[in-house]
Amino acid sequence: MRPIVRNLAGLAGFLLLWEAVVRLGLVPEREVPPASVVLARTVSLLGDEPFLRDVIATVLAWAIALGTAIVIAVPAGLLLGSLPGLRVATRAIVEFLRPIPSVALIPLVILVVGGGPESKIALAIYAAIWPILYNAIYAFDEIDSLLIDTARSCGAGRMRILASVALPHAAPFIFTGIRMSAAIGLIVVVSTEFIAGAAAGIGQFILAATSGGGRMDLVLAGTVVAGLLGYLINDGLERLGRRLFRWHTATTAEAM
Amino acid sequence: MSTMLQVTGLSHRYGTGEHAHVAVNDLTFTVETGELSCIVGPSGCGKSTLLRCISGLITPTGGEVSLHGDRVTGVPEDLAVVFQDYSRSLFPWLTVRQNVEFPLRWKKSRAERRERSEEALEWVSLPGVGGKYPWQLSGGMQQRVSIARALARRPALLLMDEPFASVDAQTRFELEDLLRSVQLQHGSTILLVTHDIDESVYLGDRVLVLSKSPARIVADLPVDLPAERHQITTRESANFVSLRAEVARLLQGGTPAEPAAGVVSEKPS
Repeated sequence: MRPIVRNLAGLAGFLLLWEAVVRLGLVPEREVPPASVVLARTVSLLGDEPFLRDVIATVLAWAIALGTAIVIAVPAGLLLGSLPGLRVATRAIVEFLRPIPSVALIPLVILVVGGGPESKIALAIYAAIWPILYNAIYAFDEIDSLLIDTARSCGAGRMRILASVALPHAAPFIFTGIRMSAAIGLIVVVSTEFIAGAAAGIGQFILAATSGGGRMDLVLAGTVVAGLLGYLINDGLERLGRRLFRWHTATTAEAM
Repeated sequence: MSTMLQVTGLSHRYGTGEHAHVAVNDLTFTVETGELSCIVGPSGCGKSTLLRCISGLITPTGGEVSLHGDRVTGVPEDLAVVFQDYSRSLFPWLTVRQNVEFPLRWKKSRAERRERSEEALEWVSLPGVGGKYPWQLSGGMQQRVSIARALARRPALLLMDEPFASVDAQTRFELEDLLRSVQLQHGSTILLVTHDIDESVYLGDRVLVLSKSPARIVADLPVDLPAERHQITTRESANFVSLRAEVARLLQGGTPAEPAAGVVSEKPS
């Protein structure tokens, strides 16, 4: 209970400060509307059907991208993690591709896959693959040989060891990667919508509010919703992880 | 008595050429059905390599192993291994029951698995913990779970690699007695590797003494102690004391009291 109260105290303090700074005239109200106005606008937007359609478009693109990234990165991580030769051979290309900011790929992606929602999904997949891939490689590479020997001595063959030992062992690490990728994916979807434009989406909503008369209250309300979305996704995944991988937290805490 | 395990001229070398390390050199011995044999040897003498060759986890570079007459080429169906490090050998994401049922997962029906795991947990005096996770149990209890998992497989031969080296002394005594009683009740054939002289004599019907690396058999001593053992009275009996002294001498590289045929001891270097 306590930490929640303290967290909310921090948030309330921030909002009060924001309100005060604007009301005291330290920043022009036209450029930064006060917290109370932005929050009121946020609440009214959440009841607004076209805006909700934007939110759904963003969430849908995010979910498709994350799901696809998982489907690509987990088997790839398994392959690279269990075949050191392949890992060494692909290291240079992976290290080259990984640091490229997704946003820098926007022109290329629009050229190749077109300007529809596919482009933001493709970029988010690209950005979301790396954390999952890295954690999966690490997890499959680091597996305790005694655990494998135990499974072998229990009569399990290669495929069974993979399915019932390597995968469950790697799952918590992969899940951590998924959590990181979830946040990155959302950022990329919203930024692509904002930079490249889109038929629908939170980023598109913010872009429209900026250019069409500079409605900063709407811009900031859209930002608040995007932030809220990120918070809810992360919080939900964190709870899910704690439930699924209680054994992992318990055993690693014991080892420390 | 029939022969359960036959090890003939077993050698194992890691690596090749100049960097080759011979862990086990030309070992020959047998284990009879229903016998609890202990292999005792100095740390790093190749005991674990020997055990891994017997269990089929690694293929020896020389010689052969046969289990009830069948040559071992992979992990045999009716063999089970208990490792020293229970915390690394139990699957932390599975409950105790699921761990015990693991070797039966692909072979038995759900009902049969359940029945066998309940039974095996009872044998190691752990009834009612099936729903817990291994990491919720003490070290001694975790090693009991490993033993139950091995027993659930109903192995013809149970191999144990320093199984009690990671628990405290009190728990160790409990587990030793548990193993003796399980073995007596079920007539299991067990081959246990240890570096602990007292443990080898206390547990074994027979003690095989290994030399320093590369491991060779220095002596094969029958243990002339009653089947029912007791931590205090057995350990103070004259037989026990003289046997443990003999094993200790052999391990130090001295000559056995009655030299066994064809066995040469190594002088300390």
